[in-house]
Amino acid sequence: MTAGASIQQTAIDAGRQPLLSVRGVKTYYGNIIALKGVDMDVHEGEIVTLIGANGAGKSTLMMTIFGNPRAREGTITYAGRDITKMPTHEIAQLSIAQSPEGRRIFPRMTVFENLQMGASINGMAHFDQDLERVCTLFPRLKERLQQRGGTLSGGEQQMLAIARALMSRPRLLLLDEPSLGLAPLIVKQIFSIIKELNEKDGMTVFLVEQNAYHALKLAHRGYVMVTGNITMSGTGKDLLNDPQVRAAYLEGGH
Amino acid sequence: MNAPSITSSAQTQAATKTFDLKAALGDAFRTALITFGLSIPILSFKTEQNGADLFLRSRWDLALIITALVFGLRLVLHAFTASRSYRQATPSPKQATEPVHAEPSAFQHVSKFAIPFFLGVALAFPVLIYFVQGGLNESRYWIDLGILILTYVMLGWGLNIVVGLAGLLDLGYVAFYAVGAYSYALLSTTFGLSFWICLPLAGILAAFWGMILGFPVLRLRGDYLAIVTLAFGEIIRLVLINWTDLTNGAAGISSIPRASFFGIPFTAGEGGFAQTFGLEFNGMHRIIFLYYLILVLALITNFVTMRLRKLPVGRAWEALREDEIACRSLGINTTNTKLTAFAIGAMFGGFAGSFFAVRQGFVSPESFNFLESAIILAIVVMGGMGSQIGVAIAAIVLVGGPEVLRNLTFLKAIFGEGFDPNEYRLLIFGMGMVAMMVWRPRGLISERDPSVVLKERKAISGSLVKEGHG
Repeated sequence: MTAGASIQQTAIDAGRQPLLSVRGVKTYYGNIIALKGVDMDVHEGEIVTLIGANGAGKSTLMMTIFGNPRAREGTITYAGRDITKMPTHEIAQLSIAQSPEGRRIFPRMTVFENLQMGASINGMAHFDQDLERVCTLFPRLKERLQQRGGTLSGGEQQMLAIARALMSRPRLLLLDEPSLGLAPLIVKQIFSIIKELNEKDGMTVFLVEQNAYHALKLAHRGYVMVTGNITMSGTGKDLLNDPQVRAAYLEGGH
Repeated sequence: MNAPSITSSAQTQAATKTFDLKAALGDAFRTALITFGLSIPILSFKTEQNGADLFLRSRWDLALIITALVFGLRLVLHAFTASRSYRQATPSPKQATEPVHAEPSAFQHVSKFAIPFFLGVALAFPVLIYFVQGGLNESRYWIDLGILILTYVMLGWGLNIVVGLAGLLDLGYVAFYAVGAYSYALLSTTFGLSFWICLPLAGILAAFWGMILGFPVLRLRGDYLAIVTLAFGEIIRLVLINWTDLTNGAAGISSIPRASFFGIPFTAGEGGFAQTFGLEFNGMHRIIFLYYLILVLALITNFVTMRLRKLPVGRAWEALREDEIACRSLGINTTNTKLTAFAIGAMFGGFAGSFFAVRQGFVSPESFNFLESAIILAIVVMGGMGSQIGVAIAAIVLVGGPEVLRNLTFLKAIFGEGFDPNEYRLLIFGMGMVAMMVWRPRGLISERDPSVVLKERKAISGSLVKEGHG
């Protein structure tokens, strides 16, 4: 990773309007508060990661950005538009794509049909080019285009979930635990693809991860979440070297 | 056994991949010819004794039927063997260890072939029955049964949109059937509108009620949705019973006008159907017309559903069934998707309902109880959710089956003269359903047919495959 370039990039972005900005967001499940006022920014062209323990509210933040569940307080702005109260499907049409937790591919549809679903937002425009592109990124999917999604292995399903999200040519890609339950080799592969998407296509990526070491190594900036609050933020490198982060998320091997 | 499709071995993989229809037809034809030849001495003539006289009675019709049957079975056998050897020769898509070639599945081979067969039988059914039973009046029972089965096929296909494709468990489908039936009954008796005007109106009204049901249940899924739809079905029935001013309550509406042959009534006298076409008047003309009417309606339902499945809205239904959250995050408006599924499913229920009213000439709330919903749902579930051909087969089995079991007179030979097969038919039927749920728990045809099949297999270059290990 070109650490110098990324810091420079961040410095430029600091003066600009962020692509995605979360301000004082509180989300509840019934009466239980899950997010206790979260502030977060994602600038254009960045990879931002959110790390934290189980139940810290990482996925809730991810889902709240997509309006499901909705934030009870605070505002979420994307590309200058307030999307806090927008229905999920309309948010999806603003060139934000999400690969939700647990992959959520369509198991009885073929890989090809799954990819078509991803492209349906922009009316299948540039479908062939995009198909070619994701097939180059994930050659495994190309081999299995006619296979049902549910018959893929876990890693392939994760690839399909990311590929499906890419089919809409998103400006901002939200990834929820892409490494969940995958073998180290495939995790490495998926992270290198995320990096490639960011560097080659300039795609902005917001990554929620348990795998703190890999995520922080990859990301330009990172946030640490503890029980519904952002407790720390900084460049990926800084967080990786922070003794507190090391003690909580990185010690005991990675 | 010289048809190439039957020889199955690892070496002849290439041959087994495609079902050779021409060879199979040829083989079936040869087999049929042999059967016919054999049947001349065995089947075609029967000696009958009348007093002291012994004479020959020809039974060419029986011989022909047997020959046709053998022809059909032989073709089915070919399709079956071809699909099995295809399965054995190709790695199953379910084991994700080897790349799978982008070619039609075995199921598609069978269905490509079974659909024209079923369609042919359905189209020729009245003619076949006419020859088997030897007369119009004698075939009444069978044609009526055919109409009944096709009504349920249509209802099954309609409900398949809601349950099979969109995955919304609807236990109150009969409500839309009732709305359709009462729409026709009331519009025709009150305003004297003809069937052909009422049919689309009934569909629109039922679709409207589908949306009305759709709104309150938008947030529900699974069991909860089932309970609310069940209640909805009961509400419609109770309203029909209690709103006596409009619906005449439990007594129902009688003397509903009959359908005409595009304006020509089925009457005996001047200007009637028989006279216009120079036929001798027979009440069966109307029944046969009704048979073809419901056949056309059912085929329209099927055709529309098949087309919709290939369109974005149909794909959205299926995606909704698979995963609602994924649907939303892909930008699909789940509200609209659910409402269209309810409305279109209900519309076909409404068409079937108005057909029911015109056939019976009488409607009462009794015809629209929960049992009807349960039967229609059983047809969809047993057929395999989302499978059109599976639903048709299930309708034939579930509706036609009990009627066939009614005629199990051979059981008298086993259990003695006092045995009444009629009393046991539901028991046998129930056992059959249990057996089916044990062996095919996901329905007769549980495999989803992809709505897009890539024709050419995209070549995978070696450099790309290398990267994809892992």
